[in-house]
Amino acid sequence: MLLEIKDLHANIEGKEILRGINLTVNPGEIHAIMGPNGSGKSTLAAILAGRKEYEITQGEILFEGKDLLDLEPEERAGEGLFLAFQYPIEIPGVNTQIFLRAAVNAVRKYRGQEDLDAMQFLKLVKEKTKIVELSDQLLKRSVNEGFSGGEKKRAEIFQMAMLDPKLSILDETDSGLDIDALKIVANGVNALKSPEKSTVVITHYQRLLDYIVPDFVHVLYQGRIIQSGGKELALELERAGYDPIKAQFAEAV
Amino acid sequence: MSTETQTIEALATQEYSAGFVTDIESETLPRGLSEEIVRTISAKKDEPQWLLEWRLKAYRHWLTMEEPHWLNAHYPHLNYQDIIYYSAPKPKEKLASLDEVDPKLLETYNKLGISIDEQKILANVAVDLVFDSVSVTTTFKAKLNEMGIIFCSFSEAVREHGDLVKQYLGSVVPYSDNYFATLNSAVFSDGSFVYIPKGVRCPMELSTYFRINTQDSGQFERTLIIADDDAYVSYLEGCTAPKFDTNQLHAAVVELVALERAQIKYSTVQNWYPGDKEGVGGIYNFVTKRGAARGESSKISWTQVETGSAITWKYPSVLMIGDNSIGEFYSVAVTNNAQKADTGTKMIHLGKNTRSTIVSKGISAGQGHNSYRGLVKVMKGAENARNFSQCDSLLIGNRCGAHTFPYIEVRNPSAKVEHEASTSKVGEDQIFYCNARGIGTEDAVSMIVNGFCKEVFRELPMEFAVEAQKLLGISLEGSVG
Ligand SMILES: Nc1ncnc2c1ncn2[C@@H]1O[C@H](COP(=O)(O)OP(=O)(O)OP(=O)(O)O)[C@@H](O)[C@H]1O
Ligand SMILES: [Mg+2]
Repeated sequence: MLLEIKDLHANIEGKEILRGINLTVNPGEIHAIMGPNGSGKSTLAAILAGRKEYEITQGEILFEGKDLLDLEPEERAGEGLFLAFQYPIEIPGVNTQIFLRAAVNAVRKYRGQEDLDAMQFLKLVKEKTKIVELSDQLLKRSVNEGFSGGEKKRAEIFQMAMLDPKLSILDETDSGLDIDALKIVANGVNALKSPEKSTVVITHYQRLLDYIVPDFVHVLYQGRIIQSGGKELALELERAGYDPIKAQFAEAV
Repeated sequence: MSTETQTIEALATQEYSAGFVTDIESETLPRGLSEEIVRTISAKKDEPQWLLEWRLKAYRHWLTMEEPHWLNAHYPHLNYQDIIYYSAPKPKEKLASLDEVDPKLLETYNKLGISIDEQKILANVAVDLVFDSVSVTTTFKAKLNEMGIIFCSFSEAVREHGDLVKQYLGSVVPYSDNYFATLNSAVFSDGSFVYIPKGVRCPMELSTYFRINTQDSGQFERTLIIADDDAYVSYLEGCTAPKFDTNQLHAAVVELVALERAQIKYSTVQNWYPGDKEGVGGIYNFVTKRGAARGESSKISWTQVETGSAITWKYPSVLMIGDNSIGEFYSVAVTNNAQKADTGTKMIHLGKNTRSTIVSKGISAGQGHNSYRGLVKVMKGAENARNFSQCDSLLIGNRCGAHTFPYIEVRNPSAKVEHEASTSKVGEDQIFYCNARGIGTEDAVSMIVNGFCKEVFRELPMEFAVEAQKLLGISLEGSVG
């Protein structure tokens, strides 16, 4: 098991956002998480990545058997967890390449690997920019500063490729992408796919799942996973919307 | 406040790492200031009559002046009778090599990470170490001598090159200039003197490490640098001080003179003891630095990285007198905990086609307050003067502040003066983003801050830039919120 979330409850400012999440991700699997706005998808992703604003009131998260909640965000990155942000952050003044080199070497250090020197780093950059067809020009600019919405999303996938994670969480990486960019991002994700690596895709649209085909689809609603199924569940949601499941859930509670 | 903010603020309060006192016997005058003390200082240094008279004029003028308090910070009225105006390591024979230097002294420098040997080899730097008030050792002198370059302690210059000193001393900062400069003129103990002859390009960076050591001894350094026609020199000043309980006044004066087409580049990395978290015991750094770009097409450039002191109060300035002369000011000022900085520059355009550039980066963390105060003055005769100013502030945490006071006075309609300003904050979301990519919080802060300062660091000589980045890292360790 790569990731195991057991009965996770979390609050922010006294308000309960996650109310008992259970989710298991095995190596090689692709999971999609869908659900209406405000249901807690980004909250779950942020908690996995280590954002500290949230208070975990109950439950646990294991990453390769380790207690993830015990680790600092940078340690989680070192362990191989990657979050592609729904809203990537701009860092003015910090050159993207310098940032990435610091990131790659920090993660390598954590994994007991040697630093990459400038040459090796550039080689890696060249190799990985190809995967997401990212222009070199963006790398010369400050981190995400003034990037278009689509460029930011692509840059996230590029960072993912550079950091070589075991578990990637993509939080609405498809939103704001045009059709071509969507294909490129999806191809990037697929190119990095391997039997050891897993992906959690948070999305509102079936469209992305045509390209990144999930093994499982989960519906998150009011802080709980109220339904799970195969890839056909996404098609179903696309057709009927959330109302039937919401109604079912309302009856059950 | 989130937990992140708390840990970050806890880290921000880290102690000054250079706080230790070297135990060297000092020859020290009694506390207090009087005409007699001024005479004694002059006599101890065997000074010529003209210099004694200059000191006395300054002293008498100082008595008529009032301690200024217009800066954007508070300091208590200082007791000038409680300051020791002169202290020197026990006189010794002149030293020919480092082997003869007091090992304790060298140890001090080593503790500070200033390995002289390393510097000699790596940095190609001639180091004139000012320990307390008297220059202890000067290296690379022979090589400079060959080229006619004079680089020595101020006292030695008075003895050996009295005419040059007499000609230029007070020519940029007159003895009556301002309270602290006037005090300095009366009681200055020592400092550095540089003269680059006509047409000579100084082949190495000239560097002086200042260090305040004797408790309660005010520091009154005097530096005079003259670049004759077509000469070039790059001068580095760096300093750090041990930990003390009482505030120490540092009132230095630096005068630069650039003649026809001459260029002077003056870089400072200042890391004096900032005091404890409440600011108790820190250095008051009230310094007058001014350059006169006298010659046609001459250029004076100030670069400063200010991370230390309880209060920093200084405005390195350039008088652009010669036509086509250039003035530049690049500054990084950091205030953390209770530190205050009121710094900036004055660019005075007198000659035609004179150009000035100001790039100021203020970083405030903890409860630090950073004020930029800049004056751009274009005089009547300064046809086609140009100024570009950029003042950026970076805030780290919620309790610090940044203030910008740009003053512009234009008396010639052909002038073009541009001013840009920005304030930004190191956000928790930025730090988290870095964390999520594997970068620890301290490295993240350091990266963001260095990114913010890079336009200034670019102006520093290579080895100094590395040192400055390290310093910045230390003075801001984890100070984000
Ligand atoms: N810092 C915060 N303070 C208060 N409420 C918050 C905070 N962060 C998230 N929330 C609330 O938690 C709920 C879940 O938000 P979250 O961003 O996880 O939703 P989401 O499922 O990702 O929605 P979307 O599909 O719109 O991206 C929302 O009601 C949101 O307003
Ligand atoms: Mg979301």
